[in-house]
Amino acid sequence: MVGKNRRYDNTEKDATELKNSISGQEPMFVFGMGKTLPLANTCLPMCAQQSISIPDFRYTPCIDQVGVEERAARFTKRSIKKETKLQGLKLALSMIDLTTLEGKDTAGKVQQLCYKAMHPHDALPGLPTVAAICVYPSMVKIAKKALEGSNIKVASVATAFPSGQAPRSVKLQDTKFAVQNGADEVDMVISRGKFLEGEYNFVFDEIAAIKEACGPARLKVILETGELTTYDKVRKASDIALYAGADFIKTSTGKIQPAATMPVTLVMLEAIRDYYYETGIQVGMKPAGGISKSKLALHYLVMLNEVLGADWMNNHWFRFGASSLANDVLMQLAKEETGVYQSGDYFSND
Amino acid sequence: MKATTPNRLTVLKTYKLFIAGAFPRTESGRYYIATNKKGEQLANMCQGSKKDFRDAVVAARGAFKGWAGRAAFNRGQILYRIAEMLEGRRAQFIEELMQQDATRAEAQREVDLSIDRLVYYAGWCDKFQQIFSSVNPVASAHFNFSVPEPMGVVAAIVPQNDSLLGLVSVMAPVIAGGNTCILLGSESKPLCSITFAEVINSSDVPGGVVNILTGKPSELASIFANHMDVNAVIYCENDTKTQASIKEQAAENVKRVHFYAGKNWYKEDGQSPYFIMDTQEIKTTWHPIENIGGGGSKY
Repeated sequence: MVGKNRRYDNTEKDATELKNSISGQEPMFVFGMGKTLPLANTCLPMCAQQSISIPDFRYTPCIDQVGVEERAARFTKRSIKKETKLQGLKLALSMIDLTTLEGKDTAGKVQQLCYKAMHPHDALPGLPTVAAICVYPSMVKIAKKALEGSNIKVASVATAFPSGQAPRSVKLQDTKFAVQNGADEVDMVISRGKFLEGEYNFVFDEIAAIKEACGPARLKVILETGELTTYDKVRKASDIALYAGADFIKTSTGKIQPAATMPVTLVMLEAIRDYYYETGIQVGMKPAGGISKSKLALHYLVMLNEVLGADWMNNHWFRFGASSLANDVLMQLAKEETGVYQSGDYFSND
Repeated sequence: MKATTPNRLTVLKTYKLFIAGAFPRTESGRYYIATNKKGEQLANMCQGSKKDFRDAVVAARGAFKGWAGRAAFNRGQILYRIAEMLEGRRAQFIEELMQQDATRAEAQREVDLSIDRLVYYAGWCDKFQQIFSSVNPVASAHFNFSVPEPMGVVAAIVPQNDSLLGLVSVMAPVIAGGNTCILLGSESKPLCSITFAEVINSSDVPGGVVNILTGKPSELASIFANHMDVNAVIYCENDTKTQASIKEQAAENVKRVHFYAGKNWYKEDGQSPYFIMDTQEIKTTWHPIENIGGGGSKY
């Protein structure tokens, strides 16, 4: 069921309408709680006769904070050396979404970053390229052109990134603009304000609408976990995003502290796992922000392997959103190669 | 150490490393026993590893920009503050040096001179630039001047014998010039190096500017010399084999190398502004100008 297309049959309709139109069906679901709940939400018709039960998001599983934090800490205790480390570092490099999301971004900066993406460090032969370049919609065209002939994707943030405080029409337009300019992937932000107010349907519908606007582009849904305050809410937001059609769920914009942490990522990975068991649909994960050291990146890969397994261990299903991680990984690779600790002075900034 | 009252157990100090303004144990979990000539066991010392050194370089690199960017006068104030703190701990250092085979008179002399040396370099902090800068005559419409600037991260294996005075004499000119440093204390007389770290720690020196390790020079010298993020290496012993190996490995990223072998730190030539210049680079600026005041001097 890997990579199954989940676009709704009736793409003309807003997701809410869709739900209302079929509300005559049996509204009974089981989700994680071991009991059947009568729900307002109901079955959505999926392509190829598949239907997925939308759970009541008021009843998403609660998260054991202490348990999650302790388990996340245990992933940092694995010893990864020599050959394995080399492999892990190369894998991490191939999973990076090399990112520049600043007001001061210029065409020149983006082109330079694209060059870096294609040529991470020519002094070391045989390195993979990064997975994607992540830019603002206005820079998509430039990035697309600069990356011509490579396999590197262009990801664009959209939907009034990073706050998401704009009307839906603007968000849709923002998304369509990015896709029309050639974005292969769209990174949207959820409406955290609405989510915290308990307007889960609003958030769900918005994601579904953006997904529709994305067309063939893959949609990453940024939860901005730093603003969600608790693991319970992170889990809830993850479930909403997953059921609304996300191709990836992503922790953070990188503009808010704390950004990605291991426990938060673990909660989201478990949501992906449970969703996969429930529906058979594979969804990707992208921790972003604050992962700047290769050691930490290796810890994340350990966690990924132990929670979701080998099917996710590639850049189609896992990404690091980072700007400075690439250079640290390159420095560690050079260290493994030469046996000598490296200096940032000998690696290009971007 | 004798207990001052009967039935009281003396609380002994754990000598740890000093990295990034904190006192961690060595990550390697290795220790060696410091002894004196009488064969007394003085302390369990951390046997620092290459990873400890790596951590210290990260700390020193991180601290460099802030330290080099401080006003030179402020660096002088902080060096003077180190001298003040050392003065206050005078008795403790004399005691430690005596445990490590010095007579009382020798110990007193070493501590006093160490304090004086810090004051000496405190004074130089905002003056050496003026002595060693120059305005250069050039044949074009440029104002051309050269000024010394700190090199960056300096790694030093300090003298084995003068375990306090040697450490202070190597460290002070390095940080006076705006560099940050990693020092490997004396292997045979290691106590003062870590106690001196406590002095640094209470002297307004930002964390990471001075990092002090203990361990074996034979093991760490090559790591000091081949780390690509170190800009200069100082070695104070007369071991020609080690010297040759340091030179060779330092060539990889063209580190500056200084050997202070055979220096008598008690003599007048144990201190001079030229020690500061050992870890400075000269930056020359060509500043475009019109002829100044119609003069033809071609500065």
